[in-house]
Amino acid sequence: MPTVSDPAAIRLTDVSVRYRLPRERVSSFKEFAIRWAQGRIEYIDLWALSGVSLEVRPGEILGIVGRNGAGKTTLLKTIARVLHPTSGRVVVWGRLAALLDLGAGFHAELTGRENVYLFGTLLGHTRSEIDAVFDDVVAFAEMESFIDAPLRTYSTGMVARLGFAVATCRFAEVLLVDEVLAVGDARFQEKCLRRMEDYRRQGAAMAFVSHSADTVRQVCHRAAWLEHGRLAAVGSVDEVLGAYQHA
Amino acid sequence: MDGLTSAPDAVLPCYDSAARATPFIEEGQALVRYRDLIVQLVSRSVKARYKRSILGVAWTMINPLLTMTVLTLVFSQLFRAPARDYALYVLSGLLVWNFFAQSTTAAMSDLLWGGGLITRVFLPKSIFALAALGTGLVNLVLALVAYAIIALVLGVPPAWSWLLLPIPVLAVGLFTLGVALALSAAAVYFADVMPTYEVLLTAWLYLTPVIYPIGLLPESVQGWLRWNPMFWFVQGFRAVLYEGRLPDGATLAVAFGAGLVALVLGWWIFTRRAREYAYRV
Repeated sequence: MPTVSDPAAIRLTDVSVRYRLPRERVSSFKEFAIRWAQGRIEYIDLWALSGVSLEVRPGEILGIVGRNGAGKTTLLKTIARVLHPTSGRVVVWGRLAALLDLGAGFHAELTGRENVYLFGTLLGHTRSEIDAVFDDVVAFAEMESFIDAPLRTYSTGMVARLGFAVATCRFAEVLLVDEVLAVGDARFQEKCLRRMEDYRRQGAAMAFVSHSADTVRQVCHRAAWLEHGRLAAVGSVDEVLGAYQHA
Repeated sequence: MDGLTSAPDAVLPCYDSAARATPFIEEGQALVRYRDLIVQLVSRSVKARYKRSILGVAWTMINPLLTMTVLTLVFSQLFRAPARDYALYVLSGLLVWNFFAQSTTAAMSDLLWGGGLITRVFLPKSIFALAALGTGLVNLVLALVAYAIIALVLGVPPAWSWLLLPIPVLAVGLFTLGVALALSAAAVYFADVMPTYEVLLTAWLYLTPVIYPIGLLPESVQGWLRWNPMFWFVQGFRAVLYEGRLPDGATLAVAFGAGLVALVLGWWIFTRRAREYAYRV
């Protein structure tokens, strides 16, 4: 857990992420073997992140801004352990709830109930942990009367509600949020924000990716600005957003 | 800074990308944590199949039954039936063969195309191979029910040896998982692994005494077939199901030996670079 010597819940030290693409698409083994033997394999290196160092402390919300393709989602995926950094180090203390792709693994033919268990175990919860919070999940998503209907009968908003409810079904020390609040109606968004604020008060550290400077200004304590995979600025919300909006 | 609370005292999981654990062991530990997901993935693929069509689960059995019927007709009309209760001979071989072929193929395609899952959430990557194996087992059990019914119809009573089925199934399961893992690792890097494997599977089927009895071949060829691991798995499985006896010691030894070697090798190949897969899929 965060200690006096390292109070951060999320710490990134000089993190780089490289996508290595072959210059020409070599997807057959024969071609690869020939080229490899000839030493002719050339790569294009795409650095989705380079040399990013950041920390987020318990109870703090870090807003991450940047243009499309600046590396915001890659950054969250690196913290969420989906992408292992090519170099540098990522340390995360505590349980993690990644609100990156709500409903990954949802299956249209299965019922809401079955999908809750599928998505819940996909996020690393055990069956009995989901049993314990199942009623709360259904109540939070306001799905009581639909939970045993197949998911394909749900509206997009209902799927998003269920996804959010499962992803945040148990307190997590680290929350990663990627623009998900744009889904669902205004009232439900309000409810999501309340739950996240609730977790923050209990000591959760949050990284929050948004395109909207206004939301970042409202919600975040500090901000980071990513530009072409590099950290262009990190600091107080006003400073960083000021620089970002004038760039 | 104001308003910061300290984290609770309970021992919490920690992710450190620089921690140098052995992937060989790390993957196993992750699987233990995600054990309930394996059950969910198996039930998802079984239920999805069941809910999509009227025939549902019956589809699992229709394929081997149809092959059995065609082969039995062909062999009993064109040749003399090459084995006693030839229909059951073919079916017993096809059941274990299909278990192997379907599980290994599904493991690859689920890892590569499973909704891009591994690029969206963290998962132990070997979970797809295990779920494919589990789904294969469910299908095998259902197909065994069909086998028992056909045996009864043909006037062959159930044998006590059927209770020993878990032994040959365990052996072929180890082998299947090992092959599935090695193939999945290769398929992440080379797109042509999957289609190549599907072609090879057909050839492999004919190099295994599934639809013909080994005794039909000349002695010299029989010797070569013994280098094919599937020969031993089919032989062991068929001994228990079709011949109604315990497999002999040699068959069991070779089957479990080949199964364990395949699993250790496959596990090693797969876990060595498992961290890179999300970049490649």
